[in-house]
Parts: sequence; C-alpha cells; structure tokens
Amino acid sequence: MTRYLLRRLALLLPTLLGALTLVFFLIHMIPGDPVEVMLGETASGADKEELRRSLGLDQPVYVQYRAFVAGLVTGDLGRSLYEQGSVTALIAARLPSTVELALAALLVAALLSFPLALLAAARRGTWRDRGALLFSLLGLSIPNFWLGPLLIILFSIQLGWLPVSGSGGAAHLILPSITLGLGMAAILTRILRASLLRVRNEDYVQAARAKGVSEQQVWLKHMLRNALLPVITIMSLQFGSLLAGAVITETIFSWPGIGRLTVQAIQTRDYPLVQGCVLAIAVTYIFVNFLADILYRLADPRIIYEE
Amino acid sequence: MRSKSWFYVGTAILLLFAVAALLAPIIVPHEATRQDLANDLVAYSPEHPLGTDKLGRDILSRLIYGARISLMVGVSTVALSLAAGLVIGALSGYCGGWIDQLLMRLVDILMAFPGILLAIAFTAVLGPGLDHVVLALCLIGWTGYARMVRGEILSLREREFIQAARALGCSPARTILRHLVPNLLPPVVIQATFGLAAAIIAEGSLSFLGLGVEPPTPSWGAMLNEGRQFLLVAPHLTTYPGLAIMLTVFALNLVGDSLQEKLEPHGQ
Repeated sequence: MTRYLLRRLALLLPTLLGALTLVFFLIHMIPGDPVEVMLGETASGADKEELRRSLGLDQPVYVQYRAFVAGLVTGDLGRSLYEQGSVTALIAARLPSTVELALAALLVAALLSFPLALLAAARRGTWRDRGALLFSLLGLSIPNFWLGPLLIILFSIQLGWLPVSGSGGAAHLILPSITLGLGMAAILTRILRASLLRVRNEDYVQAARAKGVSEQQVWLKHMLRNALLPVITIMSLQFGSLLAGAVITETIFSWPGIGRLTVQAIQTRDYPLVQGCVLAIAVTYIFVNFLADILYRLADPRIIYEE
Repeated sequence: MRSKSWFYVGTAILLLFAVAALLAPIIVPHEATRQDLANDLVAYSPEHPLGTDKLGRDILSRLIYGARISLMVGVSTVALSLAAGLVIGALSGYCGGWIDQLLMRLVDILMAFPGILLAIAFTAVLGPGLDHVVLALCLIGWTGYARMVRGEILSLREREFIQAARALGCSPARTILRHLVPNLLPPVVIQATFGLAAAIIAEGSLSFLGLGVEPPTPSWGAMLNEGRQFLLVAPHLTTYPGLAIMLTVFALNLVGDSLQEKLEPHGQ
C-alpha cells in the first residue's frame, strides 16, 4: 500500500503543477491587452499602468510565473479587482457552501438510485426495470440548467412549497441539491443495477439462499453490500464533478458558493478572482479523486494483492 | 422495447432535428430575429404556436434556428476533437517512449480539470462567440479520444495482423491508416455519439452563462437564460428550449446505448 501511495503521490504532483501552470496562463490567453479588457477602453493610462504593476504583468513571464507559484505556496492568490479582500479569503468564505450543496446532492443521488436499482435488478426485464432504465436515461439527458428552472416553476411558483432561491436552512437546499444530484442518480442507478446483476449468481449468494436466508436479507445484506463497491468509487469520483456542476446550479438558485463567485467574477472580468476560483475547484477535484482512488484500494484489498 | 427499436426512435428524433436545422430558412414561420414588441411574451396564438419572447420574437422560429447552432457546435466539436484525438492518440500509442509519456501527461493535466469548468474558463478569457465555444470545447474534448485511441492501439499493435503488416514492410503511417484505424471505428463511433450529447449540453451551459453565442443569434441555452427572468409570467420561454435540448441528448443517448450493445456487447 505504501508503495502504491508513493507512486500515486508522484503522479499527483506533476498533475497539480500542470493544472496551476494552465491556470496561470489563462490570463495570458486574453486576446489583446488583458488590462484593457479588465478595466475597459475608457480607463485612464495611469489606472491601466497601476493594475498592470499590481498584477505583475509588467514583468517577464517567467518572473510572473515564479511569483504566482511562490504566492500559491503561501496561500496567496492575489487580490480581487472589485470585491473587498484577498482572493483566498473570498474563496474560503464560499467553499463550505459549495461542499454543503455537493454533499446534499450526493445524498439525493443515493436516495433516488439505491431503491430504483434494487427494484430494477430484482425485477429484471419487467416494466419496473425498464422504468428505472428510462429514468436513468432521462436523468442523463436533462440538462441541469433546465431542470433547475423547471423545479422552481413547479415547487416554488405553482405549489409555493419551497423558496425560489438563496440559502439559509434545509428548505433552501432541497431544489438545488435535486438539480445537481439527478444526473448522478441516473449514473448510479445504471451502475448499481449492473453490479447487482453481476453478483447475483456468485457462490456466496447461492450459499446464503441454501442456508435458508430470507430473500430480502440475501438482497440487502449479501448482494447489495458487495455490489456497492464500484458504486462507492463512482460516487467519490463524481463528487469532484459535482463541484464543477455547482457553477450552473448555484447561478440558478443564487446559492452563495464558489460556483456563483466564479460566474460573478467572469461577468465583472475580475480575472485574478476567476483564476483563483478555477484553481480552487480544480485542486479540490484533483484531491477528491486522489482520495477516492486511495479509499477504493483500502476498501477492496484484492486490488492490492493483484498488483 | 428492444434495443433496435430504441435505436430507431433515437435516429428518428435526430433526423427530425437535423432536417429542421438544414431547412431552417425555408420552414420557419417568421424571421428568428424579427422583433414585435406589441406581441411580447405571448404564450400561444395561431400565429405563434409556441408563443413569443420578451421582444416579441417567434419562439418556434428561434427553436428551429437554435437547432442549427446546437447541432453545428456539437458536430464541429466532435469532428475537430476526434481528428485531434485520433492523431495524438495514434502517435502516442504507436510511437511509445517519451512521445507517449509527454502526450499522456498533457492529457492527464487537462483531464484533471472538470471539463465544463475548463470550458467556462477558456470562454471567459477568449470572450463569447461561436468559434470560441467550439475552440474551448475542443481543447478539452480531444483528450478522451486520444486516451481511448492510445489504449486501443496498444492492444491492437500486438495482434498478428499488425505484426504481419509490419513484417511485410508497411510504413508506420500506412499501418496506422489502413490497418489500425478501421479497427478503432466501433469504440470511436460510440464515444463520438456520447461526445455529441456532451457537446450539446456544454454549449447550452456556456450560452446559459452568457458565454456562448452572442445575441441576437438564437441558441437553445441562450433562450433558456433569457427566459429565466420571466419564469413567473412566461414559463414557456424556458420550457421549449429545455425540451429541445433534452430530446436531442436523449436521442443521442438512445443511439449511443444501442450502438454499444450492438458493437461492443462485452463492454456492457
């Protein structure tokens, strides 16, 4: 395990370095003069020079890159052009809301997919199975930027049950978490169904049945437990994707997370903040995937023995 | 329904959208950008069966033109990403060594980002516009094809018919083009189908965030974004473009699933 961990870490470092290099060059990809794009054509020459100096854009690229990496090491991502405070502080204030939303979406996905997949696998080939597969296909096809407004129309405007947007309590979390979690529920339903069908003829399942264990117990205790392994991996890997999907969901529901902060920064052309947000989401994504990989190895020791 | 029937259902929906997109200038009942402020936010009228938007523009006409944008972005993104992915993946898999290492590390770095985030970042710095959307989606899109093609080539190049081609003196380019690429087609076609669905959703997401095509060009994502301000008074503004995106992606998923079942049954 230690050897695997070291090898995985050795792969993680260049990926992280590559990711931050890409984010560094984002600001240099702006066509024309980045300072003019940020401040607008009407800004005075003095203002432009001041911003150019404060962003270090008057320095050679390698000096800028060195300063960028040195800043990252000390947790300094620069200052936002329009918001009060450092980019790091702004991100730190918003990240917990995004993680809260992503966790709630994960819960929604599990609550929807587990019963559906069990039902589909237990009644394979029936209308229930086909219904679950159709749900999965529709869940994969419905874009979250349409699902969000649909849910608002139905549950907030027509029925008046839930708030339209904002944060502050469980009621505010329901619609955004369904919007963000439905796609993942669709993926999990497919994977868990296939996984359950794969384990149903295993020897230990036959043995449990031969011992006289009730069918319900066979499904819940013997089959589901073993079928969950690939599902847990996908759930952890998809958790990272939820962070990115939050950009749209947070915009629809005015959820005060890092996704909405990114969109606001893009709209105001606050590129230092855009850089910081993209980097924060990417680094979180890379670490979550790394942890998911390690947890998977820990959960299934057979994989290590096979290496 | 059997998988064959699903395939036909998916293909029929796609054909409908493709024909509508191609014949848009002939079949639209109104000009898609023509404003009629006296008839704004109409939900239904015989003249406007799907209603009008805040500027009185006909929703049906904009939806039909929107199909052009969505399908054009999707097809161009898949074609360009696939071409780049095929070349890079084939080079990487066939050459091996430091070329493979270098290219695959680049793929790792790009894949370390959630795809849509990188597309948002690219279009944010490049500015909105159709070309930039396609460019941003291609910059992230080629990696999946490259990795898949490399994997397939690694397994294919040890096969006897490739060894035989080499032994007969085939050049690397000929070996790749005449012997390897035809064998790569089934997985590539499947991935391209799902890639098309992903590109259409991604274009919608970017346009929804105001980073896609510029107004007044009609795009399904942009129409949804405009309609968001009128959820209370005119929910039809978001319903129809959303339904159009969902139907197209649903059809592509149906076709992709059926192809996978048919071409790669062991992969199920």
